Amino acid sequence: MARIDLQNIRHAYAPDPKSDADYALKRVDQSFDDGGAYALLGPSGCGKTSLLNIISGLVAPTEGCVLFSGDDVTARPTEKRNIAQVFQFPVVYDSMTVRENLAFPLRNRRMKPDDIARRVNEVLDLVSLTALADRRARGLTADEKQKISLGRGLVRSDVNAILFDEPLTVVDPQVKWELRASLRDVHRRTRTTMVYVTHDQTEALTFADKVVVMYDGEIVQVGSPADLFDRPQHTFVGHFIGSPGMNIMPASVDGATVRLGEHSVPLASAPRLDASQKLQLGVRPEFVRLSTTGIPATIVRMEDAGRYRVAHLDMLGMPVAAMLREGEAAPAAPHISFDPAGVHLYADSWRVDLGGAAQ
Amino acid sequence: MKPVNQQAWFLVAPVLLLVAFTAIIPLMTVVNYSVQYVATNAQFHWVGDLWYREVLHAEKFWNALWRNLVFSGIILAIQIPLGVLIALNMPRKGWGVPTCLVLMSLPLLIPWYVVGMIWQMFGRVDIGLMGVMLRDFGYNYEGDPMDAWFTLIIMDVWHWTSLVALLAYAGLVSIPNAYYQAARIDGASGWQVFLHVQLPRIARVLTIAVLLRFMDSFMIFTEPFAVIAGGDPVFLSTELSQTVELGQRAAMSIIYFLIILLLSWVFYTVMTRDDGEPVQPGGKSGSAS
Repeated sequence: MARIDLQNIRHAYAPDPKSDADYALKRVDQSFDDGGAYALLGPSGCGKTSLLNIISGLVAPTEGCVLFSGDDVTARPTEKRNIAQVFQFPVVYDSMTVRENLAFPLRNRRMKPDDIARRVNEVLDLVSLTALADRRARGLTADEKQKISLGRGLVRSDVNAILFDEPLTVVDPQVKWELRASLRDVHRRTRTTMVYVTHDQTEALTFADKVVVMYDGEIVQVGSPADLFDRPQHTFVGHFIGSPGMNIMPASVDGATVRLGEHSVPLASAPRLDASQKLQLGVRPEFVRLSTTGIPATIVRMEDAGRYRVAHLDMLGMPVAAMLREGEAAPAAPHISFDPAGVHLYADSWRVDLGGAAQ
Repeated sequence: MKPVNQQAWFLVAPVLLLVAFTAIIPLMTVVNYSVQYVATNAQFHWVGDLWYREVLHAEKFWNALWRNLVFSGIILAIQIPLGVLIALNMPRKGWGVPTCLVLMSLPLLIPWYVVGMIWQMFGRVDIGLMGVMLRDFGYNYEGDPMDAWFTLIIMDVWHWTSLVALLAYAGLVSIPNAYYQAARIDGASGWQVFLHVQLPRIARVLTIAVLLRFMDSFMIFTEPFAVIAGGDPVFLSTELSQTVELGQRAAMSIIYFLIILLLSWVFYTVMTRDDGEPVQPGGKSGSAS
């Protein structure tokens, strides 16, 4: 087990990168504490898999260092880093049985046969493959093959970290919940550092203690699921996390008030801003109130999500989503007001700290 | 119950017609000849299995068959491992890829008879490069059947190993990178990567390579004909070409054809016996494999 530090990592796949646009990872400085459960969350192509492969050593970074418990391992090959990694698509050794697949990483590390058998049986149970243990991997379904991959990731108990690269993509939804719960359980018992890459916010928020949100080759926020919800540091986080995402509206600021057309929204304090910065107001749909006073709006459509309903409105020509609790009805001539606890100001996409807002 | 409509059979008719003309009718004419005696005045006389009995009782036939089997065995034993070895060492990217592919394809583009002529001259002890070099070791393919064997095998390896290499290469480049990455993470050695990642994933194309090389080498005719002009060693095909009686030729052709069919079937069944493992009921088949 180890603490992992990434120092000033930059990575470009093409040789001779010139501008920031040539880098798949622009600049990453991030530590993963020993025993933590982390999720790397972001859209496809944001660099999360690259970052994972840099940790495991499958990819060598163009610049920067990787440290395991303080040792520089940047030049160390994958097999010497003692890392387990599970890939997005099932990678199994077709010609071996399920049991042999799980024993393979242990046999290669010269573990005693008795210990191997015991450990393999534990892991078979963990990924619920005991019934298939002596079947050849070749004839199994994609689900089952991915369970083998997961099992091979979990079978070594002395690894520095286990890295998961969207491991549940090919798995059926109901099995997904079950396996994610198993992973959480393994983490609780073993306290192995785990890094879990995903583009699915539910998966990230339910798996991790700390979520690392990536966007366009950079880490935009690291925090607990609650942090990401209550204090999104970047408009991308606001937009990406939450369903539906945060309402982002172009705005201007006058002292401690935000101007939206001829209407104004009060802020907790007067921010200090550069005149050249692009300003945006961000409010999650959970903090948009519909009543008979405020900014007039028209309802475009309603969405029923079961426990709550989402009203999609047009306010001063801008789309705004509002969340209505069960039984709450939208007024005939709706007017919008914002709950001060959920009002955020963004300057050039980054959150402006207003002190009192969003407690 | 729905009424049964038989009109769909018309859609199959063109295929049936095509197969009839390309395979069934020509083959059946040969079957027809093999049970008749053709007299000089073009009269056909029914002789039953006479020709078959004659062929199967001839020592020359069994000797030729044995030689064919040994020849194919040696060819497979050399070309398959050598082809895989070459494929493993071919470059995977850069300018080396097209260069290698073109170089490997060259022998495959040379007509059989020309290959025979090349080696016939190459091996001549008076003017041939190889012949002159090996002359001092007593090499003479025209006089010594073992030297003729040696020449034929070298020639076939030179001509056809690239086919195996190209097929194996195609199989190797189609292996997703994740398999190699996973093997590195699992701490597998190079030999284990070959055994557990590469070999299982090129097994299918290797089956095709083995079948093609077996059939072609078992049917070898043009090259020995060009090199030794029907002298020793005598293969089934060269033996066939020297058989005079039409009926006997036909019977031998049928037997030859059936042997190839049988052996190809045996090869195929043995090599693909792992593929048919039942997928458990209700499960999707492993689509990502």
